[in-house]
Amino acid sequence: MDVSGGPAPPGAGPAAPGFRIAPSDPARGGAGPRTRVCADSATCADCLAELADPADRRYRYPFINCTNCGPRFTIIRDVPYDRPATTMAGFRMCARCRAEYDDPADRRFHAQPVCCPDCGPTLRFRPTAAASPTSDEPLERAAGLLRGGGILAVKGLGGYHLAVLAADGSAVATLRRRKHRDAKPFAVMVRDLATAEEMCCLDPTARLLLTGRRRPIVLVERCRCAGRVAEAVAPGTGTLGVMLPYTPLHHLLLGLLPGPIVLTSGNISDEPIVYRDEEALAALSPVADGFLAHDRAIHTRLDDSVARSVRGRETLVRRSRGYAPEPLPLPWDVQRPVLACGAELKNTVCLAAGRRAYLSGHIGDLENHETLRSFVSGIDHLRRLFDIPPELVAHDLHPEYLSTKWALEQDLPVVGVQHHHAHIASCLADNGHPGPVLGVAFDGLGFGPDGTLWGGEFLWADLAGFTRLAHLTPVPMPGGVAAIRAPWRMAAAHLLAAGVADPDRLAVARRNADRWDAVAALARSGAAPSPVGAPLTSSVGRLFDAVAALVGVRDTITYEGQAAIELERIAAPGDYGRYPASPPLPGGSLPPSGAGLLLPGADLIRGVVDDLRERVDPTVIAARFHSTLAGLTIDTCAALRDSLLGGPGAPGRPGLPACPAGTVALSGGVFGNLRLLGEIMDGLVDRGFTVLTHSRVPCNDGGISLGQAMVANARGQQRT
Amino acid sequence: SAHGAGGKATATLIDAVFLEGLRNPLLEPLEDAAVFTVDGTRLALTTDSFVVTPLFFPGGDIGDLAVNGTVNDLAVAGARPLHLACAVILEEGMAVDDLRRIVASMARAATDAGVSIVTGDTKVVQRGRADGCYVTTTGIGLVPADVRLGAARARPGDAVLVTGPIGDHGITVLLARGELDISADLSSDTAPLAELTSRLLEAVGAPADGPGVRAMRDATRGGVATILNEVATAAGVGVIVDEDAVPVRPTVRGACELLGLDPLYVACEGRMVVIVAPEVAEAALAALRSHPLGADTAVIGRIADDPPGMVLLNTAFGGTRIVDLLVGDPLPRIC
Ligand SMILES: [Fe+3]
Ligand SMILES: [Mg+2]
Ligand SMILES: [Zn+2]
Ligand SMILES: [Zn+2]
Repeated sequence: MDVSGGPAPPGAGPAAPGFRIAPSDPARGGAGPRTRVCADSATCADCLAELADPADRRYRYPFINCTNCGPRFTIIRDVPYDRPATTMAGFRMCARCRAEYDDPADRRFHAQPVCCPDCGPTLRFRPTAAASPTSDEPLERAAGLLRGGGILAVKGLGGYHLAVLAADGSAVATLRRRKHRDAKPFAVMVRDLATAEEMCCLDPTARLLLTGRRRPIVLVERCRCAGRVAEAVAPGTGTLGVMLPYTPLHHLLLGLLPGPIVLTSGNISDEPIVYRDEEALAALSPVADGFLAHDRAIHTRLDDSVARSVRGRETLVRRSRGYAPEPLPLPWDVQRPVLACGAELKNTVCLAAGRRAYLSGHIGDLENHETLRSFVSGIDHLRRLFDIPPELVAHDLHPEYLSTKWALEQDLPVVGVQHHHAHIASCLADNGHPGPVLGVAFDGLGFGPDGTLWGGEFLWADLAGFTRLAHLTPVPMPGGVAAIRAPWRMAAAHLLAAGVADPDRLAVARRNADRWDAVAALARSGAAPSPVGAPLTSSVGRLFDAVAALVGVRDTITYEGQAAIELERIAAPGDYGRYPASPPLPGGSLPPSGAGLLLPGADLIRGVVDDLRERVDPTVIAARFHSTLAGLTIDTCAALRDSLLGGPGAPGRPGLPACPAGTVALSGGVFGNLRLLGEIMDGLVDRGFTVLTHSRVPCNDGGISLGQAMVANARGQQRT
Repeated sequence: SAHGAGGKATATLIDAVFLEGLRNPLLEPLEDAAVFTVDGTRLALTTDSFVVTPLFFPGGDIGDLAVNGTVNDLAVAGARPLHLACAVILEEGMAVDDLRRIVASMARAATDAGVSIVTGDTKVVQRGRADGCYVTTTGIGLVPADVRLGAARARPGDAVLVTGPIGDHGITVLLARGELDISADLSSDTAPLAELTSRLLEAVGAPADGPGVRAMRDATRGGVATILNEVATAAGVGVIVDEDAVPVRPTVRGACELLGLDPLYVACEGRMVVIVAPEVAEAALAALRSHPLGADTAVIGRIADDPPGMVLLNTAFGGTRIVDLLVGDPLPRIC
């Protein structure tokens, strides 16, 4: 069936009488717009009421759904969106379900996954040791396993999860060990909002996020978690990822348990979430003590989304289940359909055409082969579902990104987009603002056209292009990728760059004495014309790493951003002043090379070291570091506006467009740090700037594909 | 510069310029040596230029490197090396003593490999226009009638062997430059492999049809990872490597960790990758291990039909990482 205008929005009820529904015509094929494919939706209140009603024929049936809720994108194999094109195709509707499906007055009218205990999927439980699954009391047995401290693999909407009781510290530790996941925080699922309120501090936005139909993991301050959530669930962070049940199965399972559960993607280490039954059994048997699964196949792998309230604004950290593949509306036209291939880590892809951008869910880290497969099949699936054949392919400038290499192999015109330009463009698209703006892109690393690794950038940017006005002073990364995994190496490099006397008498040097001299030599070689294993970087993420190691927070990391996250957490609340640090003085013109003005990271390092030598508490040093970096950022924005860009409202200097409103766009993974983000936002507003931040797409690399698509589109229009 | 790092940038340059300009059936496979028949005799011909800084390093110098490199290119083509030619470009002002040392080491290497250097040429360029000295060697060898080798011959199920610990040469040379404050008890693996290859071919053969050695490659620039990618591409097969099975000396591993390098991409000058049919894998392993230069031979993986054209590494954690051809210098990709 093909419902013109797309399916009813959730909560809209059955279609109005007289609304014409014509049988799908496969011959219509690629002609004309097709039915929109919806995101998966959390179980609605009506279905929950039936689930709890002993008189209802779907009482405690784990696959209850209706037009307003249930699986969508994850079960759709093809368009048009009809039952035969979903993984429900093999389940033949019984007469009663069929009657509901055919009745325009029924809540289940044309609900493609409609089913009941007589005709739908069946739940099964299988202990890892057993040869075959059983349908005998599967929920009770799964709950029993969890209550006994076991690890349960649960088949969800977009893949398998691993679960343990969140309060059970030893079960959490076992899960970490078996999953090879050292410290990266786990999310928890709690049975209802009241439980979440008891544990965490929620604002109205967080409450809406928790209870809405999209049901992301919501990052919240944890206040009263003690006893309910073991410390090992999210060690070293001040936040906790919390979600409410979003499938009937989750509701039923949580109802049988004494407290919240850890619910983490079913995978080993950083592999993508497993979603096929045989693969799950093979991959997760070494981890899980039992499997709670069923016979409704998952077609598209999809991780949970992650969101948070930033000063009351819904802000996505990972846009995936519940959001993908719903399009983001654009305030401008995309004339030639663009496919953007995203970054290397946290990869997403984006198809844009007309006034819509279709973002894939979170695909993951591309160096894994299974992730690369998801990337290729995900692109294919998106373009078939939305019938958009791309005419242009956008990619990152990093020559080694697998997404870049894939893009260059396509037989289509390509547009290379600088990583941080893509970040700023994604922030512009997120806000419907065409630019130009002063873009501040702070993140881990992105390939710069000068061959160094950028990450602390002030760009004058619109969608089509950018000028690098200022950036953090580059320092060597001793050992390249090894310096990312070992923040103490960045401490060595930054100490050297700042000219700090007697660095080897600092605690960080003593803790890493066995390799300190070798790494320092490596850092010194970074200044040579052809650095041996010490590429230069202007990254703010690496500056955070250096400071985290200097104050003793962490010398090595096991997940991306760990040192910075922990430094943010220990920073003492309140104002502890700033280190002396001045922004670069532009003096009215750009340096001749166009390389941009240099922000003195060395000032921050010297401030931190002076405090360390005065035995100032690390929590105070962390606070001062945040405030100094924020202040330097604000001062630099103001200095650039006032002298280089001609002041607010003034016409731009030759070669630079006008800066009418003094708008700053903040993007890049570092802005996941809410303390830094907040201080910068406040300071910029005080100085009369309008500030653009992210909301619908993440500030991290998950948003890169949208930015790439927008840049490619703008450049394509420029050319014609 | 990126071109010359031995990865995809080099491959692209070769494809674009040389192959287009000089295309012929013998050049096209881009093997280490060209094999052709003259009056019923199968000959292998190869040439290679050597540029190394410093000229002298623990375990060798540019002289034996140049001899062994060309001997090895003949050897992995299945040939018995016969004669070498040698051309040298000298930078004005190079110490004569250094030159004598290099020539002496060339002579020693030639004797060890059972070849003689039968013709040559020398040019001197102005100071500053060469890096001390460049050496080009050209070699010719005899290929037995029944030997058929080539990267394109790899088949799903074949075993992938490497003839000893990898990365010794590359790390030795890097440390010998003295820019880094690291000393390690390590020397280059430069060595002539002709004896080892003939022992292997005697043991299991390389027949046109039937089980035997499929391909041999010396893992020079770009290391084992680059060779495996060439095999995957040439044969349209997948190469699956077990991380734990790859032999790497602790000193090399330590230096790689310090420098942020992956040993799979570091150059060797006396190690081969051998692709061999499963039926004769055990016999091949035994034959290689019976020679001192192959004593530490290890099976590091296998050829699979999927994914075609790719090299995958099964990591210690149970993940599967893509080992791709590098486009340029290895820059971090992670955030
Ligand atoms: Fe980024
Ligand atoms: Mg060669
Ligand atoms: Zn419902
Ligand atoms: Zn039914």
